[in-house]
Amino acid sequence: MHRIPSAARIQTIVLIGPPNSGKSTLFNRLTRLRQKVGNYPGITVEQHTGVLSCGGREFTLIDLPGIHSIRPYSEDERVAVEVLTGRAKGVPPPDAVIVVLDATNLVRHLALAAEIVVMGLPVLVLLNMADLLHKRGGTVEAAKLSAELGAPVALIAAANGTGLEAVENFLRPAAIQSPPMLPPILQDPPQCRMWVARTASQAGYRAPAPAAWTRRIDGVVLHKLWGPLVFIVIVGTVFQSVFGLGQPASNLFQDLLSRAGAQAAAQLPTGLFRSLLLDGVWKGVSSVLVFLPQILLLFFFIGLLEDSGYLARAALISDRTMRSVGLNGKAFIPLLSAYACAVPAIMATRTIENKRDRLAAILIAPFMTCSARLPIYALLIAAFIPERPVIGVLLGSRACAMLSLYVLGFLAAIATAKTLKSSVLKSTGVPFVLELPEYRWPTVRSIALRLIDRARVFLAQAGTVILCVSVVVWVLTNLPLRNGQPPALEQSIMAHLGHRIEPAIRLLGFNWKIGVGLLTSVVAREVIVGTLGTLYGADPATHAMSLQDALHNDLTLPGALALLVFFAFAMQCTSTLATVRRETNSWKWPVIQFLYMSVVAFVAALAVNQILTRLLG
Amino acid sequence: MTRVTLADLSPGDSGVIQGFTLPNESQEALARFGFILDTEVTFVRRAPMGDPIVYAVDGSEVALRAETARGVLVWRLPGGPKPPLA
Repeated sequence: MHRIPSAARIQTIVLIGPPNSGKSTLFNRLTRLRQKVGNYPGITVEQHTGVLSCGGREFTLIDLPGIHSIRPYSEDERVAVEVLTGRAKGVPPPDAVIVVLDATNLVRHLALAAEIVVMGLPVLVLLNMADLLHKRGGTVEAAKLSAELGAPVALIAAANGTGLEAVENFLRPAAIQSPPMLPPILQDPPQCRMWVARTASQAGYRAPAPAAWTRRIDGVVLHKLWGPLVFIVIVGTVFQSVFGLGQPASNLFQDLLSRAGAQAAAQLPTGLFRSLLLDGVWKGVSSVLVFLPQILLLFFFIGLLEDSGYLARAALISDRTMRSVGLNGKAFIPLLSAYACAVPAIMATRTIENKRDRLAAILIAPFMTCSARLPIYALLIAAFIPERPVIGVLLGSRACAMLSLYVLGFLAAIATAKTLKSSVLKSTGVPFVLELPEYRWPTVRSIALRLIDRARVFLAQAGTVILCVSVVVWVLTNLPLRNGQPPALEQSIMAHLGHRIEPAIRLLGFNWKIGVGLLTSVVAREVIVGTLGTLYGADPATHAMSLQDALHNDLTLPGALALLVFFAFAMQCTSTLATVRRETNSWKWPVIQFLYMSVVAFVAALAVNQILTRLLG
Repeated sequence: MTRVTLADLSPGDSGVIQGFTLPNESQEALARFGFILDTEVTFVRRAPMGDPIVYAVDGSEVALRAETARGVLVWRLPGGPKPPLA
């Protein structure tokens, strides 16, 4: 089914292999930085293309994303298969393939090599990290493996460049011949596994011993007693730092943003256009941008944990506990991150391979009490809950209220997880398998790349979805025009909408002002504080009061508690919705999530208000 | 040599995989990490809470829950090579 190119016509070569096989190192070595990075059309998978000079000729070398198999499970695998079979848009069909495998984990990826060999193109199989294999007491005979696979096989070490003459030999015109076909056993997984087992033993493969120092570190980190202790210290330090450094960093950033806004304001003529730019676009977008420092800080630490190898150990330690709610250990760090912000938490779920488990984690993450809820919590608690000792000096009534809200969100997450995992997202038979990688020093480069990538994704959202929502909110608060001037907030369409929904939210103990706050805070939760400030400031009855006093006079205690509960559950966050859309690649899940959380919030707030009003009334 | 499951090994024990009592889908998932017939697997340690269990297989360390490990049949190697430098 495939044409076999004659050697002279070989032009495009693809580099393929599993993740972490050292493929990129080899690519850099072969192309010597004559490369460019782009994206495959329409998707987020990166395309690396370079020029390989060999024997006086120049070839195009394409580095495909790391894949485990050519049966496409992930987007990366789908792209790789499309390029391999010449069906990818804008990519020339390959004339030859270089397969890179990690010689220290050969068994698991032999099937991939075989799958590619049977596709019929000329194939060279490189067993990378051969130096490490031998150092740790492993062996493999390249010639025997070559006979089994029906393709040339060479041992190399891409990191220091040994063995790369195999590539030159492969590309010499005389060397290329059509490979013999392997028997078609690959369609049948059990037979394919038998073939792998037989081939590995025929090739004299002996796996190396895992790194000794990793095992020594694990002796402490996974120790019965020290393990949990190290776990608590590490996780505690991370979150102490995210909150301790994140808040001041966010404040500083907010300061910068509003100063930039004020500077721009001075340059622009007063009028509607300036108001749209500043009060609509800039205020809306910067109310979301203030989370950037915290998100980056969180990703910095997650990056350290992941690149060092500790993330997998944390998953191992927490698996037993996470299992009780139907999740697995890999969901632990993402869900913990959601206490700072659901956006990085949802992006961090990428480490959960099982699709259903990942979706469950994404759907429950926004229930965790994120930092955007704190302003409205702090405001309402200060306004309605008198400070009294609950447990001596240790815990006051206000801290107790705050803690209850954290617990409430956590319980909602657990209940939702249990419901999902016992119904629509019930685990399929796929078992939980967790690889414990060797410990490594994280590199500045890898952490920086990750931060840049995450910042780019977040900024792209701030620039699109959040921008649109901000503009809509601004338009609704600035129309209808009176004599060419925007109306006061209480005469705007937004206020009209607030009055419109008042009958429904009256049941929750909210008035139209709160209603407007709920509507404007779809951009981000903390926006409600600013909106309420504007509304109560414009009202002659509450004009002179602080927002806290104004709310205290305007809401009942049950209504205020209902509002707290509403914010504990409601999905008032455009960034999260946009992130869920991006990560699940459909609008279905963010819409379901929004509706579900809104209904839960409404019903819970209704119950709180109705029950407490009767009890206290 | 005795025939047991992976979960029955003790820390430091090795076994050679003889078969599976797991559905095909699970076998496929395990094969991705090198758990296939005739492969030698070493029990490295238990997680602090006792489960999952860390095994050395195909040059790496991979953790499985006990419920999964009970579905992998092995010949226990006599004396077993001690885990290097443990």
